[in-house]
This record gives sequence, structure tokens and C-alpha cells, in this order.
Amino acid sequence: MSDTAKATVAAPRKPHRKTSSIILNALVHLAIFLTVAVLLIVVGYILIMGIPNLRPELFAFEYNSDNVSMFPSLVDTLLAVLLTLVIAVPLGVMAAIFLVEYTTRGNKFVKIVRLTAETLAGIPSIVYGLFGMLFFVVFLGWGLSLLAGCLTLAIMVLPTVMRTTEEALRAVPDSYREGSFGLGAGRLRTVLSVVLPPAMPGILGGIILSIGRIVGESAALIFTAGSVASIPDSVFGSVRTMSVHMYVLASEGLHIDATYATAVVLLVIVLLINALASFVAKRLTRNEE
Amino acid sequence: MKSIKETIAKVLFTAAAGISILAVALICIFLFASGLPAIGEIGVLDFLGGTTWRPAADQYGILPMIIGSVYATIGALIIGIPIGLFAAVYLSRFASPRVKRILTPGVELLAGIPSVIYGFFGLVVLVPLIREVFNVQGMSLLAASIILGIMILPTIITVARNAIDAVPDSYYEGALALGADHERSVFRVLVPAATSGIMAGVVLGVGRAIGETMAVVMIAGNQAVIPDSILDGVRTLTTNIVLEMGYAADLHREALIATAVVLFVFVLIINIVFAVLNGRSKR
Repeated sequence: MSDTAKATVAAPRKPHRKTSSIILNALVHLAIFLTVAVLLIVVGYILIMGIPNLRPELFAFEYNSDNVSMFPSLVDTLLAVLLTLVIAVPLGVMAAIFLVEYTTRGNKFVKIVRLTAETLAGIPSIVYGLFGMLFFVVFLGWGLSLLAGCLTLAIMVLPTVMRTTEEALRAVPDSYREGSFGLGAGRLRTVLSVVLPPAMPGILGGIILSIGRIVGESAALIFTAGSVASIPDSVFGSVRTMSVHMYVLASEGLHIDATYATAVVLLVIVLLINALASFVAKRLTRNEE
Repeated sequence: MKSIKETIAKVLFTAAAGISILAVALICIFLFASGLPAIGEIGVLDFLGGTTWRPAADQYGILPMIIGSVYATIGALIIGIPIGLFAAVYLSRFASPRVKRILTPGVELLAGIPSVIYGFFGLVVLVPLIREVFNVQGMSLLAASIILGIMILPTIITVARNAIDAVPDSYYEGALALGADHERSVFRVLVPAATSGIMAGVVLGVGRAIGETMAVVMIAGNQAVIPDSILDGVRTLTTNIVLEMGYAADLHREALIATAVVLFVFVLIINIVFAVLNGRSKR
């Protein structure tokens, strides 16, 4: 009480700093320090322990329990990313176009679409995995397969693609659309030739985000795509992506060196995807300015 | 001619939008159809309230897993909320633009690191550390809570930061003009104004922690027993599924799917809370 009174009366040029402010200031800096420290420790530890263990036989063409090669898993991961994107991106982009360009306010169908997309975004990956197993693997009879895994992943990343595309489309000024309509173009033509091109960087950002999620996913794949460490002959073959490979190695606990090395490769892939994402985001904001 | 093309396009776009409805419907149908009969057979009370999970003896009580999930999530929040909130405040109101440009991708990277890597890190660093310090087995509720706390950190930081960023500058300037210093203006004016947005971040973090599987299964010890201390092993709803689904059959398998149903209901409740909070913060 007297503290505040003194401060008001004396009206010092430099405001009197309360102890509570000093403590809060310290806590804020401590928190960001801890956050950065955790990131550096996790990334640094994996890199330091893993890089010396990167041996050529880890990249042998065929996997066996002696060389524990991650090469088939790398190819499987690439296949999973491509197939999932081929399914999810067109659907997600088209759904977003519908939400932004083809609807009026207060439409019931739109409300349900939004609600379900938000629900999808919150479902844990293990629940997706079980659903994929019940539906694609057992009910449709596809067995543990690349296709079952990728369709499961496609449903998982669908809300991400939808949301980012929607944001990108909404950021396109209405004057573009009005100009196009004014020149006599129909709705479809306006969307495809006028609205989509400026929204591309935003859509790309969503795709990169989805790639990161696909690469990192393991729980949804174990019961849908299985864990056979080989390159499949068809989409009905079982695959083992890098994250699943990493999990299998870590839980077997037999090849700790190879596990470190696998972790490094997985981490580097994630680092590259993140770098790409922030590069795209940077270009995006520059375009806006 | 033109109108046919337009109609086809409109139908296609509408159908694509309907996919998410179809997906949620299929997920509900398949999970509930496979899981609910098992709950009926075991008995709702015996299933949700039973403390013994012993599939070999046809005893399927998932209370230890429900409590395990709740404990692990609370543990994650105890670590994640204070660090996440203060870090968000730093990024929003303390950091210079240059520092922000460096740290923001760092936080995103923290979110992008796969669960298996967090789990593996926990297994080779955290578990031995706990073993040394406390002279116990090491795989524990504590290990799971710490790793989950780290994993929900970027979620809380990002959402809370956006919420604090969204508070109008005039609030801050008004507080300064009334004689409050920087810290006081931020913590007494900006943070309270951003409460519902910050809460939304916390709820999102809860969703992530309760749904996390692979990181937890590697470090939590996985005993299907209600833990007495944070140094005891713990099994969550998610890990119960992943541990036994590979070999389960018949009622055991259905009981695991029923475990997923319980998890799914938890997540639906969390989603609703999040939607309400998010709607409030946008208004």
C-alpha cells in the first residue's frame, strides 16, 4: 500500500520495479530457456549418439535381422507419403473449395462438415489404427497393406489439408472473384483459374504439414500397414515405414546402435520437412506484404 | 454445356466435403459395433470400474488404465502448462522480432519430432536417469509424464501465444499509462484477456497427451495396476490397446476395441470443450 503511494507521489522517472515483476521476468526467461534446452538436448543427443553409428550396411537393399537395414523402410515411407497425398490432397482441396466458394452462410450441411472435420482432427492415432484395422484390413479384406495404411493416414491428414486450404482460399481477396465474374467467367472457371493460383503456397504449406505427420506416424500404421520390412510388390503388400521401423527396433532392444542411427535418419527427414515448411511460410508472408 | 460442367464440379466438391462426415460415421459405426457388445458381455460396471485386467482369466477391468491415462495427463499438464504459458508470454511480448524469427521454427520443430523419437529418447536418457536418482526400475509414471509434458509443450505454446497476440495493443498501452510496468501489464491485463484462448491450448494439450501411444508404451512400464507413486509403472488406455492387439482374440480383442471406445468418448468430450472455448476466444 505504502509502496504504491510512494511511487505515485515521488513519480520517479524510472518506474519502481516490484519484486513480483522481477520474478515474473525471470520465470518467463526460464520457461523459454527450458523449451529451447529440451529441443537442443533431444535433437543433439540423437545426432551425437546416432551419426557415428551410420554404417553402410544399414542402407543395404534387403532387410535382414543381421544388417537391420533401414533402406526398405525409407522406400516404404516414401511410398506411404505419396499414396496418402494422392488420396488426401484432392479430396481435402475439393472439400475446402466447397466450403469457401460454394456455400452460403448458415448452411446446415456446412456446419456438419466443419464439426466432423474438427472431430477427425482430435481423434488419437491409435483409434485411427483400430478403425483402419476393423474396416480396411478385416471388413474389406485387404489384409495388412500399404493401401489400408495409406487410407487410414489419408483420413487422418484430411482435416489438416482442408483447414490450410480453406485459410488460403479465404485469404484471396473477393475483388479477384468479382473481377472474374465481371468478365463473364463461371464459378468453376473462377475457382480454377483465378482463386486457386494465389492460394497455392498456402495449400503447399498444408501438404508439407501433412507429410510431416505421415512420416512421424506409427500407432495408426502398426495394425493397418503392418511391419514387414520390405518393398511391397503392390498396394496390397505390407510395409514398414521409418517410424514403425524405429519403434520395432527400439522395442526389440537388440540393435541399440542401429536404433540410434535410424533415429538420426528419421530426425533429419523431419528437420528437412520443417525447414521446407518454414521456407514456404516465409515466402507466403512476404507475398502478403 | 457450361452448366453441365458446373453441375458436375459442384457435385464433386460437395461429395468431397461429405467425406469427413462419412469418415466420422464409419469410425463410430465400426468402433461401437465391435466394442459395445463386449462392454455388454463384461458388464458396464465390471468393465469401467473393475481393477483387474487379466485376459487369461476373462477379467477385463480397465479402471487402472483410465486412472493411468488421467494421472499421466495430469503429470504432463503440471510440466507443460507453466513452461508453455510462460514461454508463450515470452514469444508474444518479450522477444525481439529477430529472436522470434529464430525461436518460432524451433517450437514448430518440437511439435514435428515423431512420438517414437521422444519415446526412444525417454527410454535411453530419462528412464536410466530416474533409475539412478531414485534407485527404482525407471519405467514409470514420472517418465511418461515428463515426456508427455515435453510433447504437449509446443501445442500449448502455439495456441496460447496466438491468444495473447490477439489481445489488442490498446489493453497493454492502457495498463502502461496507468503506471503498471511491462510485466504487470502483461500478466495482469493481457494474459487474463487471453484466458479462454490459453485454456483452448491446454485442452488441446490434454487431447494430445491422452491420445499419445508410442512414446508412452516405451517408457511407462505398462503394468495394468493402479500406481501408488509416480515412480511406479503405469498403463494407459492407448498403450493397453497397442500392447495386446497384436495377439488378442475373441472377447479379449473386443475388450481392447471397447478400450478404444472409452478413449474415443473421452476425446469427443475434450473436443466439445475445446470447440466451446475456441468459439468464446474468437468472439
